[in-house]
Order: sequence, then C-alpha cells, then structure tokens
Amino acid sequence: MTRLQRYYLSYTGGFLLFIGVLAVLEQHGMPPRWIGYAFLFFTIFLYAAIGIMSRTSDVSEYYVAGRRVPAFFNGMATGADWMSAASFMGLAGTLYLSGHQGLAFVIGWTGGFVLVALLLAPYLRRFGEYTIPDFLGARYGGNAIRLVAVGAAILASFVYVVAQIYGVGVITSRFVSLQFEIGVFLGLAGILVCSFLGGMKAVTWTQVAQYVILIIAYITPVAILSYNVTGNPVPQLVYGQVLQEVTRLEHRLFNTPAEIEVRNLYRERADLYAQKIMQLPQSLTLEREKFSAEINRLKASDAQMKDIVAVERLRRDLPHDPDQARSQWENAMFSAVDRSKMPTHHAEAFPGENDAEQMAMRLNFMALIFCLTIGTAALPHILMRYYTTPTVRQARESVFWSLLFILLLYITAPAYAVFAKFEVFSHLAEIPLTKLPGWVAAWSKVGLVSIEDINGDGILQLAELSMNPDVIVLATPEIAGMPYVVSGLVAAGALAAALSTADGLLLTITGALSHDVYYRIVRPDASTQLRLVISKSLLLVVAVLAATVAAQKPGTIVSMVAWAFSIAGSAFFPALVLGIFWKGATRIGALAGMVLGTLLTLYYIVRVEFNEIPWLGISNLHMEPWLYIQSTSAGVFGVVAGFITIILVSLLTPSGDSASAFLKGIRRTEQRSGR
Amino acid sequence: MKHPDGAYWLKTRRLTFALLFVWIVVTFGASWFARELNEFSLFGFPLGFYMGAQGVIFIYLLIIWFYNRQMRRLEREFGIDDE
Repeated sequence: MTRLQRYYLSYTGGFLLFIGVLAVLEQHGMPPRWIGYAFLFFTIFLYAAIGIMSRTSDVSEYYVAGRRVPAFFNGMATGADWMSAASFMGLAGTLYLSGHQGLAFVIGWTGGFVLVALLLAPYLRRFGEYTIPDFLGARYGGNAIRLVAVGAAILASFVYVVAQIYGVGVITSRFVSLQFEIGVFLGLAGILVCSFLGGMKAVTWTQVAQYVILIIAYITPVAILSYNVTGNPVPQLVYGQVLQEVTRLEHRLFNTPAEIEVRNLYRERADLYAQKIMQLPQSLTLEREKFSAEINRLKASDAQMKDIVAVERLRRDLPHDPDQARSQWENAMFSAVDRSKMPTHHAEAFPGENDAEQMAMRLNFMALIFCLTIGTAALPHILMRYYTTPTVRQARESVFWSLLFILLLYITAPAYAVFAKFEVFSHLAEIPLTKLPGWVAAWSKVGLVSIEDINGDGILQLAELSMNPDVIVLATPEIAGMPYVVSGLVAAGALAAALSTADGLLLTITGALSHDVYYRIVRPDASTQLRLVISKSLLLVVAVLAATVAAQKPGTIVSMVAWAFSIAGSAFFPALVLGIFWKGATRIGALAGMVLGTLLTLYYIVRVEFNEIPWLGISNLHMEPWLYIQSTSAGVFGVVAGFITIILVSLLTPSGDSASAFLKGIRRTEQRSGR
Repeated sequence: MKHPDGAYWLKTRRLTFALLFVWIVVTFGASWFARELNEFSLFGFPLGFYMGAQGVIFIYLLIIWFYNRQMRRLEREFGIDDE
C-alpha cells in the first residue's frame, strides 16, 4: 500500500468516526440544526486544510497537478469532478418521475467514458500540455481555432458552474436554514479555498476527499432503506424484486375508481383553463367581476370578516394583465393535463398510446443517449484531468478507475427511484390525509411535496400528489425513519458533489483565459510568476461572477446544464476525434466544423425552446422540432453537422504541414519495430 | 512491407475501431430494443430495464479493461515506453 493510499484510508476512517460521534451526540440530545452546522463546517474546513497544504506557485503543479497523480486517485478525482449536484440530487428523482426513459442519463453519462478511453485520453496525455484549446491549437495551428475553443469551453463551463453554486445555495438553505444568498457565498468560499492557492494540485486532492464523502453519503440511506424493506443491505442486487412489487401495485392502483375520478377532475380543470385562455381578455375581466360580486354578496349578508378578506385576496392574486394571465393559466393547464394522464409503468420502455408516440419516445431516448455520451467525452473539465497522470498508460488506466467510481453512484440511482416508488405506493397511496407519514408534512413546508385533495374524499390518490425530483434523495433518510445525522450526511455529500464539480469547472475557465488567451496569444513572453498572478486573479473574478449570477436564482438552470452537453459535444468532439484519427483534417475544416456545429446546436435550442427574445426584439421564433427531438438533445444535429463539415471542407482545402509532425508524436508512429 | 504509419499505430487503430464497434452495438442495440428485451427477465428485472440500469455499464467497464490490457501488450511488443 502506498503512502497516499494509507493517508486516504485513515481519512475515510476518520470521517466514519466523525459520523459515529455525531450519531452518539444526537442520541444525547444534540439538536438537528447543530448537526447540520457540524457537517457543513467540518467538511468545508477539511477541504480548506487540503487546499492550504497543497498550495503551489509552480505552473505545472497549478495547471496539471505536476503530472504526478496516480491512475487510481485520478479516477476518484474524475469521479467527483464528473458527478455534480444534478447527478447527486436530481438523477434519482428523474428516474422516479420518468421510469425507464430516465435510464438514458445512466447510459449516456457512463458510456461517454468508453469514448474518452478509446479515442481521447491516451492521446491527450501523450501530447502533454495544459488545456484542450492547447491540443486543438497544436494539431491545427493558428490562434483562430484556439479562440473558438476557448469560447466554447467558457460557454459550456460557465453555465455549469453557475448551476453548481446554485445547488450549494439550495443545500445550505434547506439543511442549516441559512439564507439562500448567504449559502451561495459560503459555497463560493468553499470553492475558492481549494482552487485559489493550489490550482489543479489542490483541487485534485480535495476531489479525492470529496469523492469519499459523496459516495458514502449516497449509498448509506438507500442501503438502510433496502435492508428495512427486503432484509438485504445491497440495494443494487435486490431492487429487481421490489420493482416487480411496484409493477403489481401499479396495476392495482392506476385503475381504482377514485384514481380515475381524480384524473377526470384534472382533465375538466385543464379544459376550463383552456377555455379561459381562448377567451382572453374577456375571461379575466369576467373572473374579476365574479370575485367582486361575491365580495358584495358577502358584505351584504354580514358574513365573517375573514371570509371577505379571503375572497379579496383571491381577487388581488388574479393576474394583472392578459399576458400574465395567459402564462399563469397555461402553466396551470399543463400541470393539470399532466396529472390527468394515465401514469406510466416504471419498467415499461417507451410508453405511449400508439405507435407514433412510442416511436417519438424511442427516438428521444436514443438521441439523448447520443448527446450525453458525446458531451461527456467533450467536456473540457473532464478531459483536462487526463493531463495529470504520470504516464500514458496510467492515463488509460485512470479512465477505467473513473468509470468504476462513477458507476457506483449510477447503478444506485435507479434503486433509489424504485425504493422511493415502493414507499409511496405502499405507504402513501389510499391513506387518509390525516394519517400521512411525518416526512410528507416536513417536505410540504419547504414546497417540495404538494398534495391537493381535488375530489374531497379525504384520502390521498396518486394523481393528487406531486413531488419535486430533488426530494427523492433528500427525503430518503426520513422515509426510512433514520436519525437526523443521516440527513446531515446526505447534505454533506450533495455539497461535496457540487463543490468538486465547481472547482474543476472554474479551473477550466481560468485556464482557458489565462493560459490560452493571455499567455499563448497576448503575451507569450510573460514570466511564470506573472502567469500565475493573472490566473489567480481571473479565478477570483470568474468565481464571484458565477456566484452573483447564481444568487439571482436563474430559473432555467437545469435545462441549461443539459444544453451544456450538446454545446460541448458539437464544439469539441468532431474536431478532437478527427484531429487524432484522420490525417486529412485541416485547420479551415476544423474551424468551419466547430463554428457550424455549435451554431446549429444553439439555433435549434433557441428555436425549439423560446418563442421570443425580448431584449433583442425578436418574436415568433418557435418552430416544430425535427424528428420529435427535444431541445436537450440538440447536439444530435450539431455533432453530425460538425463531422460532415470538417470532412467536406478538409477535402477541399490543402492540409498544413504542422499536422503530420504532431500526429507522429501522439500516435508514436516512428517506432523501431520489435526490440 | 512497411506502412508509413508503422505497425504499432495500425494495430492500435484496429483495436480501437473494433471496440468502438462493440460499444455502438451494445449501447444503441440494447437501448433501441429495450421494449422487446423486456419480454425476458434477469435477476428479477425485466431484461431491457436491467441492461440500461446495470448490464450495459458493466460491459463498458469490460471494454475499457480489455483495451487497457491489449494496449499494454502492444506497448511491450513494440518497446514503447511513454515516461
């Protein structure tokens, strides 16, 4: 066992001991709030300590951890780098809501690593510089391609880092009831203590520590739940039986008379909203007059004051103008439509009422897998990690370890979803509203669970329950009746997932700016000291900027992360892969392919997702999707267009001479054969 | 008979493309036919669901493991040492 392995083994032991001590303290009456604080400050303190111990003023250590990270640990660090707040909190929820359809994320987010292993990692390491734009710049030559790559890297990474910091705000505000904005800036501090002083070196060793915490935190609650339900603590092995049970419950519950009645009520409500929207603006006036008449009637019949106030509040809450009414009522209509539909069976693949619907589901499933896979193999903050190993061979091996460590979480997420569904179907459905378990009330208060007794029978029907996807992972400790210390652990894990990803992304952005733009283009003669000063100041600026954006609570953040994959995939993947495997790819071809692919992806996202961009004065943008493909999979078109463009344009343009020397180096073609 | 790219690169490329082909067949085959695979069951799971949730991912790990093993052999054969 190496020295490093001993360190991290005792670190893991220490962390388990810390959890044990808190569990004992909780038994002796330590309040939950304090347990939350303990987890929050202890883990951030740990990361800060590692960050300070790894501080550096060496360029190679700052950008690529001195290329001394062994394969095993680089795998762990990549795991933490890769698994974000979305994987940790959102994935299980997505699987809960969409069943088999959600498996596209599991397949796509793991399958990408095969592409990294076969097509990219060994060649990036053999090239052995600092950033991804470096690689493209060296292969194709010229500053133009470097700038395009920098732009795409920043576009894809910045959205992503904002989402992570936003996630930190959500976690801290929920678990230790800090104000959201304070949580955001606390997260910012947590990110800066690692990356500012020690760059990649500090981030790597912190990420290893964060991986340990996040994987313990992810597996513990569902293992206990699994033991409670099946008597076996390995959820991944036994949830097949639970899935069968869920399917049986689905067959029984979906068709009870009460369930059908509730769905019909929601359909009526949806129709009502549709009618009101059709009759705008009269319907809004009518609505207001109806409330006014009601108030006058109540006042005339000397009713209770509080009844009058209630109706007055309803009238005040009406939309102010027809535009607002339209958007509010459309949302209400869509949510009612969703609830009026027959729910899908969890294990059923590509559910749909007819062949066309099933085909649309199937196509979207395939497209999403394609985009997530290519995006995974093209996100600069992941690819950068393969510069940090000592040898090419270790770079290859570290992809194996990366996938192994990531897989531990991704094969657990579907189990989470199935166990949660089993709990809901067996302990929530058909239960009187007064007898619901305590966790439902607790999470209703935060607004993540909501219940509406639309048919007024005092009993919960499935269609009356709506849950935010994040709640599945966050509430499992309470569902399984575990002490608060487990909830605190989950919060610490989610925090680790968000911080580790944010660290990696931030380094990518500042690396692109300080190394590729400043050092390579603006001032190639800059001293190493100056380069580090520039890099650290940029890091600070970008981090504060990201936190400021996150503090605004941008609404579309989750879909923006999905778009980042499509953008990164269409910008980088074709140029990188063709650059390595096809001698004929030329500079102009690569430039054209990168620009065209990215633009097509952006165009598709904008046209499908938005109808108008007010600040540009554009309206009536909306178009029908091509082949039913949703905007989250826009990369399908961008990547294919990128490949075709690079090949066509390259065939028409003369190839430069830098390419062949470069390729000889990374392919190792000039080898003496034999020994 | 000497190819300008050298035997090491040719063998690397052949291995890469063969494994890439396996990867494509597994990924998109198992996903496209998930509905049909669900007719069968494995460990209590419908097979199509199992493949997406675990099976495909284990095959990915196997592909990478096999690639690394073959590449180690190739490097030994050609005396390539990237230190």
